[in-house]
Amino acid sequence: MLLTTLMLIPLVGAIVVFLIPAAKAALAKQIALGFALVTLVVSVLMVLGLDNSSGGLQLVESYDWIPAFGISWTLGVNGISASLIVMSAILVPVAIIAGWWDAENSSQGSVKGYFALILALEVFIIGVFAANDLFLFYVFFEAMLFPIYFLIGRFGGPQRAYAAMKFLIYSLVGGLFMLASLIGLYVVAGRELGAGTFDFETLTTLNMDPNTQKLLYLGFFFAFAVKAPMVPFHTWLPDAAAEATPGTSTLLVGVLDKVGTFAMLHFLLPIFPEASKFYAPAIIVLAVISIFYGALLAIGQTDIMRLIAFTSISHFGFIVMGIFVMTSQGLSGSSFYMVNHGFSTGALFLAMGYLVSRRGSKRIADFGGVQKVAPILTGVVLISGLSGLALPGMSTFISEFLVLTGTYAVNPAAAIVATFGIVLAAVYILWLYQRTMTGVPSQEVEETVTEISKRELIAVVPLLAIMIALGFVPQVALNYINPAVEQVQTYVGFTDPEAVAVPEGSGS
Amino acid sequence: MKVSFEYQALAPIIILLASGVLSVLLEAFLPRTIRRPIQLMLVLASIVLAFAYVVINATAPLAGDPATNGGQLKGLRQIAANGSVAIDGPGMVIQGIILLVAFVATLLMAERQIDPQGDAFASRSSALPGSEDERQFTAQGWLQTEIWPLYLFCVGGMLLFPVANDFLTMFVALEVFSLPLYLIATMARRRRLLSQEAALKYFILGSFSSAFFLFGAALIYAATSSVSFSAIAVAMENSSLDGLIISGIGMIAVGLLFKVGAVPFHQWVPDVYQGSPTPLTAFMSAATKVAAFGALLRVFYVAFGGMRWDWRPMMWVVAALSMIVGSILAVTQTDMKRMLAFSSVAHTGFILLGVVSTSAAGLSSTLFYLLAYGFTSVGVFAIVGLVRDASGEATHLSQWAGLGKKSPWMASIFALFLLALAGIPLTSGFTGKFAVFTAAVEGGATPLVIIAVVASAVAAFFYARVIVLMFFTEPPVDGPSVVVPSALTTVAIGISAAFTVLLGIAPQPVLNLVINAGLFLR
Repeated sequence: MLLTTLMLIPLVGAIVVFLIPAAKAALAKQIALGFALVTLVVSVLMVLGLDNSSGGLQLVESYDWIPAFGISWTLGVNGISASLIVMSAILVPVAIIAGWWDAENSSQGSVKGYFALILALEVFIIGVFAANDLFLFYVFFEAMLFPIYFLIGRFGGPQRAYAAMKFLIYSLVGGLFMLASLIGLYVVAGRELGAGTFDFETLTTLNMDPNTQKLLYLGFFFAFAVKAPMVPFHTWLPDAAAEATPGTSTLLVGVLDKVGTFAMLHFLLPIFPEASKFYAPAIIVLAVISIFYGALLAIGQTDIMRLIAFTSISHFGFIVMGIFVMTSQGLSGSSFYMVNHGFSTGALFLAMGYLVSRRGSKRIADFGGVQKVAPILTGVVLISGLSGLALPGMSTFISEFLVLTGTYAVNPAAAIVATFGIVLAAVYILWLYQRTMTGVPSQEVEETVTEISKRELIAVVPLLAIMIALGFVPQVALNYINPAVEQVQTYVGFTDPEAVAVPEGSGS
Repeated sequence: MKVSFEYQALAPIIILLASGVLSVLLEAFLPRTIRRPIQLMLVLASIVLAFAYVVINATAPLAGDPATNGGQLKGLRQIAANGSVAIDGPGMVIQGIILLVAFVATLLMAERQIDPQGDAFASRSSALPGSEDERQFTAQGWLQTEIWPLYLFCVGGMLLFPVANDFLTMFVALEVFSLPLYLIATMARRRRLLSQEAALKYFILGSFSSAFFLFGAALIYAATSSVSFSAIAVAMENSSLDGLIISGIGMIAVGLLFKVGAVPFHQWVPDVYQGSPTPLTAFMSAATKVAAFGALLRVFYVAFGGMRWDWRPMMWVVAALSMIVGSILAVTQTDMKRMLAFSSVAHTGFILLGVVSTSAAGLSSTLFYLLAYGFTSVGVFAIVGLVRDASGEATHLSQWAGLGKKSPWMASIFALFLLALAGIPLTSGFTGKFAVFTAAVEGGATPLVIIAVVASAVAAFFYARVIVLMFFTEPPVDGPSVVVPSALTTVAIGISAAFTVLLGIAPQPVLNLVINAGLFLR
């Protein structure tokens, strides 16, 4: 019941906020924040109650939903999904605080609507990470689109309608191909087991014909690759992230996109082990392309928000690469990367969002010399940026390092090439910092850019603190993630190559 | 020959047709002032009574030998009226759906508050459009009550169509429900010339397709010496494929596929949906499709069941074409009613996926889809009828801009219907799509399902475009508004929306119903 309760809290919150009269916007915000914080507390308690020596599903609850199609309401978490749920539960109140005034000057949406939508989104986010019935997962996967669609389309920038439509169409098309594969999987399960099912743990026991696996795999992978997003299915992300409010972008890039990579790790590898191994080399190539393509385009951007979106495409390349090398380091690294990337990119979006809302422009060229007028804000941007380029000491460094070493063990070429992506990361972050923060402030910057406010600081400081803390004690998260990773490897039937473990004292 | 006539089994049909006759008499003898309320009560009462009989028949305890009533299934299963009508599980489900949809559509047709001049129908269809006569009748507030007897005959014919057990009864039923539709289609109050043109087109093409149907029945008779479905099925098992049978099946298919609006027999759909009075469009888009699919299923599962390997390729092509052409042409439309018409063509293709699976799952999923689609379709057209400016309905897409701001509730419900049509999870449309897609994959039609998925993706675009238009676009200065309807339309929309949500969230009871309906009685 705990996971269902965890979903009910924001759901009730969304309804309450929606029912508040439109005039009482301030009350709506406070109530929304209250519900988001309660959700956070409950989710933390949920994680503390987990047994971190086991990699299997915990807190499993299952009720029949549509027995005619073998569909059930099955929720359960392992270390990976639990850490992603906590990450999301942290980002939601942060996005609410940071976006306290974001909905105020929207021409189309009401203030309470904005916060009700964020809470509604949180319901589906928890659902999508906790669902262990593939059909239920699909329902949340699709349902999640609509709050985001309205958050972008009603509260975004001038091109919001276009961006929202593009986002929706890409996601729906991806989802439909997943649906085709889902139905195929259901029929295959029906032939093998006598009755079709969507239960995740039952599906992992199927002995599917490798050729069937390879076909079904494509539909799922396409949907997840669009969501992640991987090159060449990425073009919706920069538009959506640039037009949405910074709070929405934080949730979109920080949380929603993780659903794609999470689903690759959590569903694709265990259910289709043969096909995963078959496609892995091609997917790793695609991942390396994403790393470079995202980084190079980030360097070339003139719009701050688009730049951050492209850095994420590069980061998702690392995550996907770590997943498909299938070594324990790669998988742990990717899982941890998903958590870190949520905080790091979220902080960067929010900090830059503060700047953009002050200056009223997203163009990099309109900034310069911000550090003279707003030193604390600059500091926040710097820390977030350094986390974005995976500086040692930040949590992102650990995860990127794990992914690269995990990759090197099985695919040295990919690892070596991907390492150059880190260099490009330094270029896009530091060059962004140089162009916006250093130099002599222009007159407009001096007039418009003010120091970070207390509310804004409250929103980002927790993120910065977590990034640094996890950089020093990553075990806090890895202890939960590692057993789950072992479980995934068992499903896939992959054992780490010997060369990874260098015997102590061998001198090499 | 002893004539047998099973009154209880045939009660729903008899009630509707007898009310139709009674309604004609009322029309002749009642004074004009009280005709309308009495006619309306008669229509609603006969629909409710007929539905009650369907429920009674469907839940009746086992009658007779379990072997003939379909094993352990509950409910009446009876060949009635000397073999010309088959009352069985799927037949009664179809009848029930038609009656539910007809009930909701009646509420829409009775609505008088939307148009300041009266209801949706011409004050006097004998008056020339634009003439002085017409103006006077309109000014005096005349309402045409002749639509009600026509409507009763139409519903009665629709109830008979899917349970007819031989080609002649089926043809009579086809004409009984089609002729009133041709007539009512001419009677739009606004844009009357468009309405008359649409109705004429419908009539000519419809007669043409009826002729095909009849010719096909004659060829089948020539080949098998029978018009009865069960006898044809037996005869076909023993005969080899010959030219008569092939052309007979083809021509019957033309007649039925025309009625369901499948490509390449779909050209009437957009014109008729656009020109007809909107409440009638709502009724037609749902009930005609349900009735015609009921008949199509019975003909192809019972009479031609043994030849399925021969007709399936043809149905594959028709299904694929309907999905592709319907979705792609819908993208290019600028008129709301035409866009929905092409979307209905695409949905015909999806429903045909269930038909081509030729299995129990195919049958039950088709029934579920018909119920789901019927309600969504009625609801969608009900709302289309509410968006008006001074000259009548504002159906151009650009006029729908910003409606979400003007009337958030109606726009939200409309968005719900569109999402259901697009097949988004948690709506009835998704459950229906899932059911037919699954049945089709199990039935070996995986390539068709892939086409269906691509078509759904295209369709998602034009549905989403309308939502963008309503919610994210600034309204035009002199744009239309959403008229506040009376309780009749509100209830109709409410029922449709409730079904759309319920069948999406908790479809299990209805799935049980369609699965337990069993197979057609042979």
